[in-house]
Amino acid sequence: MTLLHWAVLSPFIAAILIPFLYKYLKRIHTGWFVFILPLVLFIYFLSFIPRTSSGEAILNNLDWVPSLGINFNVYVDGLSLLFALLITGIGALVVLYSIYYLSKRKEKLNNFYVYLLMFMGAMLGVVLSDNLIVIYVFWEVTSIASSLLISYWYTREKSIYGAQKSMYITVFGGLSMLAGFSLLYIIAGTFSIRELVANADIIMASSLFIPAMILVLLGAFTKSAQFPFHIWLPDAMEAPTPVSAYLHSATMVKAGIYLVARLTGVFGGAPEWFWIITAAGLITLIWGSISAVRQKDLKGILAYSTVSQLGLIMSLLGAGSAAFYFQDGDSALYMTAILAAVFHLINHATFKGSLFMAVGIVDHETGTRDIRKLGGLMTIMPVTATISLIGLASMAGLPPFNGFLSKELFLTGMLNVTEYGIFNLEAFGFIIPIIAFIASVFTFLYCILMFSKTFMGKFDISKLKVKHVHEAPAGMLISPVILAVLVIVFGLFPNLLAYSIIEPAMAAIAPGILSPGEFFDVHITHWHGFSAELFMTIGIIVLGVLLFMTFKKWENTAFYRGEKDLFNAAYDYGYDGLIKGSQGLTRIQMTGRLRDYFIYMCTFIILIMGYTMYRYNLPLIQNLDLSPIPIYTWLVISVFVGSILTIPFLNNRIAIIITTGVSGFLVALLFVLFRAPDLALTQLLIETVSVVLFMLVFYHLPKLKKVKTPPRMKTIKLVISIGFGLMITLGSLSAFSMGQEANYESISEYYTENSKEKAGGYNIVNVILVDFRGLDTMLEVLVVSLAVLTVVSLIRLRFKGGEDV
Amino acid sequence: MELLMSIVIGIIFSVSIYLFMSKNLLRVAVATLLLSHGVHLLLVTMSGLQRGASPILSFDAEAYTDPLPHALVLTAIVISFAVTALLLVMSYRTYKVHKTDDLEKLRGSADE
Amino acid sequence: MMKKPNNMMLQTLARLIILVVLSFSIYLMLAGHNSPGGGFIGGLMTASAILILYLSFGLNPIKKVIRFDFIKIIGIGLLLPGVTGLVSIFLGDSYLKQYFDYFQIPLIGEVELTTALPFDLGVYFVVLASALTIILTIAEDDK
Repeated sequence: MTLLHWAVLSPFIAAILIPFLYKYLKRIHTGWFVFILPLVLFIYFLSFIPRTSSGEAILNNLDWVPSLGINFNVYVDGLSLLFALLITGIGALVVLYSIYYLSKRKEKLNNFYVYLLMFMGAMLGVVLSDNLIVIYVFWEVTSIASSLLISYWYTREKSIYGAQKSMYITVFGGLSMLAGFSLLYIIAGTFSIRELVANADIIMASSLFIPAMILVLLGAFTKSAQFPFHIWLPDAMEAPTPVSAYLHSATMVKAGIYLVARLTGVFGGAPEWFWIITAAGLITLIWGSISAVRQKDLKGILAYSTVSQLGLIMSLLGAGSAAFYFQDGDSALYMTAILAAVFHLINHATFKGSLFMAVGIVDHETGTRDIRKLGGLMTIMPVTATISLIGLASMAGLPPFNGFLSKELFLTGMLNVTEYGIFNLEAFGFIIPIIAFIASVFTFLYCILMFSKTFMGKFDISKLKVKHVHEAPAGMLISPVILAVLVIVFGLFPNLLAYSIIEPAMAAIAPGILSPGEFFDVHITHWHGFSAELFMTIGIIVLGVLLFMTFKKWENTAFYRGEKDLFNAAYDYGYDGLIKGSQGLTRIQMTGRLRDYFIYMCTFIILIMGYTMYRYNLPLIQNLDLSPIPIYTWLVISVFVGSILTIPFLNNRIAIIITTGVSGFLVALLFVLFRAPDLALTQLLIETVSVVLFMLVFYHLPKLKKVKTPPRMKTIKLVISIGFGLMITLGSLSAFSMGQEANYESISEYYTENSKEKAGGYNIVNVILVDFRGLDTMLEVLVVSLAVLTVVSLIRLRFKGGEDV
Repeated sequence: MELLMSIVIGIIFSVSIYLFMSKNLLRVAVATLLLSHGVHLLLVTMSGLQRGASPILSFDAEAYTDPLPHALVLTAIVISFAVTALLLVMSYRTYKVHKTDDLEKLRGSADE
Repeated sequence: MMKKPNNMMLQTLARLIILVVLSFSIYLMLAGHNSPGGGFIGGLMTASAILILYLSFGLNPIKKVIRFDFIKIIGIGLLLPGVTGLVSIFLGDSYLKQYFDYFQIPLIGEVELTTALPFDLGVYFVVLASALTIILTIAEDDK
């Protein structure tokens, strides 16, 4: 356990303390205690920057299940560090914000912070582990924490719906991912990512490559809300806004991106990887941005916008993976895409975080997030309006904010794709920049819509539920202001990040592209002449403004008035169908009739045993060495069979009990004939006690009615019972002859030989019971006593008041 | 002997399964009892019958019948008694509460 | 069972039978290690002897005579094997290892004493008490 391990586990430890702090220090908002942890961790992770920026990676081993190759190895390189900083940095700001957002009197703060810390620890675990199984475990914990946080206001119908949906989709993805990881283990024999990267060519050559890749990508795509799994993200907006800002825009949804970036070294270079990721990213990008325009809920807009931005980053990672195809080609061509991905990842966290917090403030102060009710808040909430303006301008890609820079890089990356000259890109490549362009137009459009609808226009208090609207308290504004300042700082001085964080992250995504000592030499600038990207940006702005000006014309079209996502309906139908289908299926077989269950079971036993015997030609029932049948046994057996066969025809209670008793005593007699004195005695006595018991109980039961069974049913019963009996007869014979033919040395020999020497007893059966297999006997006696206790409680235990069940 | 016993055991199982498929609780209870008889005889039969003296060393015989199935069956007899008793008491209580011993009427509702 | 039994023959015979059956059951229990018998059989035999008492004399008169709580006997019976098993742990062997030796006792002669005996005694108690508890519980519910 090193300090790094403790850093990953510290949020979990803190989570254990939270309920006590909440209970015993009620006067202080629990958030203040929580706030310390991410802040300290953030500073701790900052201290790694000098080491990672010099290309070093830190690896601390801790064995967990070494025999299965599962070890909790913590690995810090540029990429993990970038994520760790995002998780702790945004985490600290979000906790600070939540202190003002969630009232300490009304809300169950202990639940909230326990889940939040659980998430923080798990997320750190995902990005800092080197072992795929450990990643999987933490990955599922983030899913669980996310669902718990979405259903934080668990009395609301919509919260439950959203929590369930996100759970089903992300856990489905998580399980697929586990399957993918297992396939990788089968191929390469290791769960360690570093070793997998080192064995990338073996993996690439395997026939399991494609299945493993698709399964892993299912996990990444569901988590990162990629089309068509994006539908859970808008419903996750039922969570409190700090959660949306933290989990559902800055960190958790980027876990999929992290995984794709991390595994680029393993899968990258395969055309399938390139096409699947680029295509999924682009479709998500355009679908998200178009859907965002249709939303009326501020958080809905942000949710779809997040979906589309995640698609953007994903498509960039796809485009960048082509770098592995040409190991020594012109790396700048592909690395622009990876640079854009990393840079946009940071930018998105800053501007989307500030936007979510601003929306949270609007919601908090006005009581609504519906843009049809809001308007004219600019004068009432000037600070919030400014924060939103900065965030939205950055998202829309306007200079001088950081969004502009990464958007330009994105366009460059997409334009570069057309020049790759591989993977058949000559034919279809031109579509890629076009999709990017259209999606950017819509992004621009929803940014203007969001700002103008909320902060411009007329303020109408009558549409709101609250009486007064005013600016948020200063404490609530700290976090979004910090993020907005970062938006500007990163916009003006992008190279602050370039060497310290972006380059090491790029090197981690594309291991082996650089020779040692070489650097990417990233230099991000605002102005690179009259290039295609600049004209595209101008085009985006012009078209976006045009669409905004004509808003009145398409305001009433079906496109704008509906806001439902097509795939939501598919999910809902699928969900309902699954429940109804499985209920139906259960009802067909679970009839509640003992008879039906027996018919199923016996039919299957007959079929399986019959097939096995047929398959192996019943080889064993030949040359049976049968023992002779003494004459008197015929008598016993014929009486026995006779009494057994009479039982089904009897309709009198007493007659049935007596006949059963007779057959039981005859079994005892048979045991005598088989030279088993202990069995005979036991059977004799048990039968006596049983008959008394039967008599006692059936004294209370009603008289037997003559039952009329339909002839068809009777035939089925006869066929099944006779078939079953036949199978048992054959099975018994083959078991007997197999024992003879195989000439095994029976384990009974041991008991016979050692009974006297080792246990001092002559009755072998009793010696086996009390000496050799004493523990079995002891537990058997325990079973008997448990049965007795159940009998006693069934009869003596009565619930208070009236009818007992 | 083993062949004859195998057939007898087959008959016991057939009758028991037939009784299990009836609607009446008493018949089901008898069916469990018969089933356990069948299983006990099956265990003893499978290892061969009457191939030596009773498994008691004082007899000083050359060969003894296999004692292991005997030990197994002995415990099985006691346990099956406990199980039968449990089943009987359950049917007794069921009848007291629901006033019927017809399994057809004792089915749960469809939504369970 | 609850109807007042008025059967002279049965009651007189029962007194005789009980004596034989009970002593035989104890013999079976003790002799189990070397000849047919043992805890299971002995317990069941004792149980059926007591059952004969109940059947011939009725529930309540016998309850006045036999005042044991059978469920407690089950507990004792479960404890006995567990505790005898512990002995071997203290002697450094594995749990439930049984020991035996032969002793010379005046008047009786050579006697074999085993730790399997208390073990089997536990089984005897459990089986005896279980059989009786089941039957008595149902019989008592007959109200």
